[in-house]
Amino acid sequence: MTQAPTATRPSAAPATGRRRRLGDREGPLAWLFLLPAVVYVVALVGVPFVLAIGFAFSDVSAGDPSYDWAGLDAYRRAFDDPVFWQALRNTLVFTGVSMVLIVLFGKVLANILIADFRGKWLVRFLVLLPWTTPVALSTVSWLWLLDSIFSPIDWILRQVGLLEGNMYWLGRPTLATASVIAVHVWRLVPLAAVIMMAGLIAIPRDIDEAARVDGAGFWRRMFEVTIPLTMPLIAVAALFGAIFTFTDMAVVYVLTRGGPTNSTQVLASWAFVRGIEGGDVAQGAAIALFLFPLLLAAAVLILRAVRRMQVM
Amino acid sequence: MDANPSTSVFTEPRAEVDRQRRRYVWRRRGGRVGLYLLAVLAAMVAAGPFVWSAVTALKLNSDLYTATNNPFAFNEPATLDHVLFLVQDTPFPTFVVNTLWVGALVVAITLLFGLPAAYALARLDRPWAGPAGIALFFVYLVPPTLLFLSLTRVVVWLGLQDSTWSLVLIYPTITIPVCTWLLIGFCKGLPKDVEEQAMVDGYSRLGAFARVVVPLLFPGIVAVVVFAFTLTASEFIYALAFISPSAEKMVSTGVPTELIRGDVFFWQSLQASNIVVAVPIALVFTLLLGRFVAGFTMGAVKG
Repeated sequence: MTQAPTATRPSAAPATGRRRRLGDREGPLAWLFLLPAVVYVVALVGVPFVLAIGFAFSDVSAGDPSYDWAGLDAYRRAFDDPVFWQALRNTLVFTGVSMVLIVLFGKVLANILIADFRGKWLVRFLVLLPWTTPVALSTVSWLWLLDSIFSPIDWILRQVGLLEGNMYWLGRPTLATASVIAVHVWRLVPLAAVIMMAGLIAIPRDIDEAARVDGAGFWRRMFEVTIPLTMPLIAVAALFGAIFTFTDMAVVYVLTRGGPTNSTQVLASWAFVRGIEGGDVAQGAAIALFLFPLLLAAAVLILRAVRRMQVM
Repeated sequence: MDANPSTSVFTEPRAEVDRQRRRYVWRRRGGRVGLYLLAVLAAMVAAGPFVWSAVTALKLNSDLYTATNNPFAFNEPATLDHVLFLVQDTPFPTFVVNTLWVGALVVAITLLFGLPAAYALARLDRPWAGPAGIALFFVYLVPPTLLFLSLTRVVVWLGLQDSTWSLVLIYPTITIPVCTWLLIGFCKGLPKDVEEQAMVDGYSRLGAFARVVVPLLFPGIVAVVVFAFTLTASEFIYALAFISPSAEKMVSTGVPTELIRGDVFFWQSLQASNIVVAVPIALVFTLLLGRFVAGFTMGAVKG
């Protein structure tokens, strides 16, 4: 695409005199290299984003895709529905709780992954499974794991004598909420661990050794050396965990379909229900746009963390 | 154990030294045991649902649907019937073919656009390279959830709805930003002398990039291929919103929508499909984990 055939020349050709050909001029070359990627991304991310904002103030629907300005009508329709507020609350709760758990477990897992022990490769493989498997598929596993009759968790609880009958994990609002959070934490902890692992690897060895020589024990080194030094990457891991929980609809869609009675509906799934299944594109776009302010905040925080990393 | 020289091991009585050494050995041993316990626990929690899937996939109906049976053991002989059913009597093979095909095209497009972009940002010394790289990375954080409604209209407008071509067109918007970021990291990892030497030998900047840098980036490119393919295979919302006929579906949407008919779940086949997809991807990722970590961290370091 960007490689003009004339620009490569064999080493035997005379190099002097024609030095400033296109293939050598770094300014235009940088643009030529970068432009295709930028155009692609702007055309198919930037334009749709502006379009999404436009849709949120229109009356576009699947049946009548012509654009008519409708002001805040779509927002009014969204706000009038109590499910929207439920979805907003759920999104915030799921994100907040998952983020805390993801960081805690991720930190522990990062320390395990970086340690040297026998069977390390097997453990790494097993631990990476939840993250690398397509979300929709691993959630199908959970759907069966939390089955109303045949759940093995129920079976264990029955064997231990803690339970008669069944828990109906996905049938009760609180348990369904806990289940959705559990799946998010389960699938994102490996990612957080890998990010934090990168931070741990980057700590210069002599700092840790100096602390050891000074008599600092494991916990002291952890809290006074390792954690402060890797704070930027811990922050990045937390924010990634938050963003991926926040914007995901596959878990809710496959596991509960937002049920029971919308008690696990999130903004992403609600936008899908309204915008695609219900055909009310304008309202769907209005709902989805509520994700944006929080995303922006997360992005700014990540940027700050990355800056701190460079100073380090 | 103490920094104060007056109480260092050299001046202490022998008994005290032994006591401290024993304490140290015990603590270390305790730490090792704790480490192994935690590692096993983590592996069990992470892989537990998959083990459960694997056992389920091989069970007879009569075994599976008896609530008193031990769910983790084969109370009746194992069977491959449901795995064969998945391969022969469901559209699952079609989903796999679609996913591989879309994945291959998306990977190719990603490399075509991402490699030059990454090289430009990592090496061509433009003052705007740093901010531009970060901006590109943030595009990765713009979620499909925000864009799927307008992109669905775009896809309809282009006449690509219900066709896998829509995904070939749209998925690079996810993979190009994140893979370019990875490639920037790998480019920064190459010593500059390599290109300079090539240019001294008479190659132009462009020639040095195509003939010297790209081949040397091969290990990084392998990592990027795997990463881009996995992102493609995992994506859910676009695939669900753009495509409804089952012959055009991807694995990630086909399995949860087509292998469940109304209220009838083909549980064993569903779980078999899960294992078939999950294990190879995780294996490749385990092998390349070090490379991913290196690429992502290098991207953030000033070149």
